[in-house]
Amino acid sequence: MADKISGVRVLAGTRKGAFILTSDAKREKWEISGPHFGGWEIYHLKGSPADPNRLYCSQSSGWFGQLIQRSNDGGKTWEPVDNKFVYDGVPGTHQWYDGTPHPWEFKRVWHLEPSRNDPDTVYAGVEDAALFRTTDGGKSWHELPGLRGHGTGSRWQPGAGGLCLHTILLDPNDARRIYIAISAAGAFRSDDGGETWKPINRGLHSQYIPDPNAEVGHCVHRIAMHRSRPGVLFMQKHWDVMRSDDAGDNWKEISGNLPTDFGFVIDVHAHEPETVYVVPIKSDSEHFPPDGKLRVYRSRSGGNEWEALSKGLPQSDCYVNVLRDAMAVDSVDSCGIYFGTTGGQVYASANGGDSWAPIVHDLPPVLSVEVQTLS
Amino acid sequence: MIRVWLPGHLRKLAQVDAEVELDVAGPVTQRSVLDALEARYPMLQGTIRDHVTKQRRPFLRFFACGQDLSHELPDAPLPEAVESGTEPFLIVGAIAGG
Repeated sequence: MADKISGVRVLAGTRKGAFILTSDAKREKWEISGPHFGGWEIYHLKGSPADPNRLYCSQSSGWFGQLIQRSNDGGKTWEPVDNKFVYDGVPGTHQWYDGTPHPWEFKRVWHLEPSRNDPDTVYAGVEDAALFRTTDGGKSWHELPGLRGHGTGSRWQPGAGGLCLHTILLDPNDARRIYIAISAAGAFRSDDGGETWKPINRGLHSQYIPDPNAEVGHCVHRIAMHRSRPGVLFMQKHWDVMRSDDAGDNWKEISGNLPTDFGFVIDVHAHEPETVYVVPIKSDSEHFPPDGKLRVYRSRSGGNEWEALSKGLPQSDCYVNVLRDAMAVDSVDSCGIYFGTTGGQVYASANGGDSWAPIVHDLPPVLSVEVQTLS
Repeated sequence: MIRVWLPGHLRKLAQVDAEVELDVAGPVTQRSVLDALEARYPMLQGTIRDHVTKQRRPFLRFFACGQDLSHELPDAPLPEAVESGTEPFLIVGAIAGG
C-alpha cells in the first residue's frame, strides 16, 4: 500500500486560524501553510473522503459570527459558502445551566463531517446542539430536526464548553446509520439517515448528574470507531473510557489501568481495530496531563490494559490540554497518529505511537486535527 | 453614493479596500445601507446582522459623523453627511478579546 501513497495532509484548526501541514509518506519533513483565515477561530476543517481536494472549514468569531469556507484544491484557495444555520420550525427550549428553560440559539459549528461518497454532502454539528446537512456543497444548510425533536431535547443541558454537537460518525457499511454525541446530553444513533434518533447511553454512569444512569445528560467528550467494525465504538466520556460492541446499545467501562480516565480525545489505529489511543488529563478541574508529563496511552486489547507512550513527548513541566477534536490517524501502512495541544504543538508518530515528534510547535491553541492520506 | 467603512476581517472576506461605495435606493437608513451592502457582497450576510432577526451583532458598532448610531432604530434616517457621501458610515468591531 505504501507505494501508492504520495503523502499526508494534516489539517489543524486553531484559535487564530487554520494551518495545513503536508509531508510525503515518510512523514519526516513537513511544509506548513497558513494561517488561513488568520485571527478567526477555526473549530474544525476536514476533507471529503470522496474528493480529497474538497475541504470544508468552520470559521467563526465572537464579532462576526459563523462562516463556512470551501476549497476545491486542497486548501490553496477558498470560497465562502452559505453560513445560514436556522433551526427547523419553532426552536423550543433546552435546559440552561441552572435548570431553567433556555431557547435554542445558534452559536457556532463545532464539527464538519463530509459524506464518504459524495463531496457535496456534509453534516455539521452545531452549538446549541443540532445536526445540519448540506447536499449541494455548502450552498444551503438544513437541520435534521428529528434529533432535537425525538423527545429528550428539552432536557439537554450544556457542558462547560456549551451545548455542542461535536462528534459525527458515519457508518461506512450502512449509509443510513449515523452516530452523534453532544456535551452534555450523551450519544445518539439514527438508523434511517438522520430522520429519527434514539439515545444510546445505557451503561454510562455519571456521578455529576442527579440520576447517574439517566437516559440523557452524560457528558460524552468523543466517540471513535474503526471502519472495518462500525458496530464497535470507543468513547472518552467526561470521566471514564467506554466501549460498546453493539452499536451503542450497551456500554462497558474499559478505563482499566489508566492513570486518570478523564480526557477528551480517543481514536483507533487505522489497521488494528483493537488498538485504541487516549490522552489522559488530570481531572475536570485541572485540564492538563498528570504530573506535567504528556503521555498518550495505547491499548492493544480494545481497552482495560493500557501502556504509556512518552518517547519524544515532554515529560516535565507540561501543562497543555488536548481538546476533543484534536486527534487523528492516517492510513499509511505504518499508521500515523497525530494530536494537537492547547500549547500550539502538533505531535506526530509515524509508528503507531512508539515515538513522537512535534511537526510544528508554536501555533495558536489547537482546536482540531484531521489528517488525509493522499494517493 | 454612500460610503461604508468595514473592519479588517470583513474587508478581507469581501475582498475590498477599507471603504466601499454603494448606491442606496430610497431613504438612507441603517437597514437600507446594510441591505445594499449585503446584496453587493453576499458573503457578508450574517456577519454584521443576524440572518433572521436582522439585529446588529453585539460586538459591532455603527458610527458616523462622530456619533454612535448603534442604538438608533434601523429605519431612522442616517445623517445628511452620510447620505451625501461626505462622511462614511463606519462599521466598527468592539475592542475586546485577545
